[in-house]
Amino acid sequence: MSLRVSGIDVFYGDLQALSGVTLEVKKEEVVSVIGSNGAGKSTTLKCISGLLKPRRGRISFEGRDITHSPPSKIVGMGVSHVPEGRQLFPNMTVRENLEMGAQFPRVKALRRQTLGQVFDFFPRLEERLNQKAGTLSGGEQQMLAIGRGLMSRPTLLMLDEPSLGLSPMLVSLIFRIIREINRAGTMILLVEQNVFHALDICTRAYVLENGSAVMEGNGQQMLQNGFIRKAYLGI
Amino acid sequence: MNALVVESLSKNFGGLTAVQGLSFELHEREILSLIGPNGAGKTTVFNCLTGFLPLDSGDVRLGDRSLKRLRPHEICRLGMVRTFQIVRPFLNISVLDNVLVGAMLRERSLARARAKALEVVEFVGLGRFSNALAAVLPLPLRKRLELAKAIATRPRVLLLDEVMAGLNPTEVDELIQLIRAVNQEGISVLLIEHVMRGVIALSQRVIAINYGQKIAEGRPEEIVKNPAVIEAYLGREFLESQG
Repeated sequence: MSLRVSGIDVFYGDLQALSGVTLEVKKEEVVSVIGSNGAGKSTTLKCISGLLKPRRGRISFEGRDITHSPPSKIVGMGVSHVPEGRQLFPNMTVRENLEMGAQFPRVKALRRQTLGQVFDFFPRLEERLNQKAGTLSGGEQQMLAIGRGLMSRPTLLMLDEPSLGLSPMLVSLIFRIIREINRAGTMILLVEQNVFHALDICTRAYVLENGSAVMEGNGQQMLQNGFIRKAYLGI
Repeated sequence: MNALVVESLSKNFGGLTAVQGLSFELHEREILSLIGPNGAGKTTVFNCLTGFLPLDSGDVRLGDRSLKRLRPHEICRLGMVRTFQIVRPFLNISVLDNVLVGAMLRERSLARARAKALEVVEFVGLGRFSNALAAVLPLPLRKRLELAKAIATRPRVLLLDEVMAGLNPTEVDELIQLIRAVNQEGISVLLIEHVMRGVIALSQRVIAINYGQKIAEGRPEEIVKNPAVIEAYLGREFLESQG
């Protein structure tokens, strides 16, 4: 059970955003992708979830080629993408937003049970169940975005900047919950500007620069790496 | 000398109290940060200071002038300007023209405004992008553009709402340098920021708020050790997560 991205090239019009990106997420792993703004981190996630199509290369999940599959089919296979900026439905309630995450027959039937699991991770969402998403605080909105991502019962959860705009305390909380979600059996692929937390939580990490993966390694080792400390941690 | 005085500012939304009797001063040439949990009322404070929302009670004074009941453009003309949490450049015009919009506030002649705008574009380090469409700038440069648009109005007081969000630590450090340079031009700065790396590096003083009320005030090194601030905002893991 794993995700394998092999040598993908992606273009926005004439502009090449990714060149030959190769990465892998294996069973039980938390994998972080770090890099400057514009390095191609979000683009990589969008390719995996099928929102963008690579011009070259191959993406497979659990041994099946998903390079040309539509996003709906990829979600159905167990890949869930929590986008940057949350992208909630602000005028829908917390419950409605969560239910939007469980639209396939297979997961729809299990909706009540999945909701219970989401509330175990985020008790706050249960308290806010009938409140409109747009009236939640930033931290609660991020919880809802992750919760919605869990409603499709993914085996791979991809998170794009879950710490964006959150207070230091909420950042710690969100990372703690990401770890719990992983321990409960979900692979995590994480894109983060909070490099310290991203490396601290992960099994392995990749560094993207100008659309290419230039480095790969163990998270704790990368935290100690001189180049990473200087270029990405500012130490 | 105070650049800005906020006196017993209160703001309610229906039954919800967003800001309650908040008072503080921003000194001339100071960098002051406002921190607090998500939903504590920080952005509401900015909205009240800059005329985007009417105050329910209290007063805001820029120099000796009360800003109560003034509109955002009038406050901008008096010398206080803000940036927004979510950057909103005019995407389909050039970087220079974006800044020109700000510069036109003080210059009637287009040629002079353009010269001023170009100066500001150079100052924030966007010189080589001045003719590029704003849409092509990556986020760290869009943040610079946001600053440039504000500085071009020649403010005495600049309010920055989470300008460091979404930047990695190295990119944050570059922005810190720029904000310091802006401050050295004589502009007083009020920051709302969650990125504590920036708050600690830049601020002379920090005010922490929770539920619309001040819970602590002091130098950054005092604030990060303040039990009420750790409890409400930083969390116990904060100090160890500083790398």
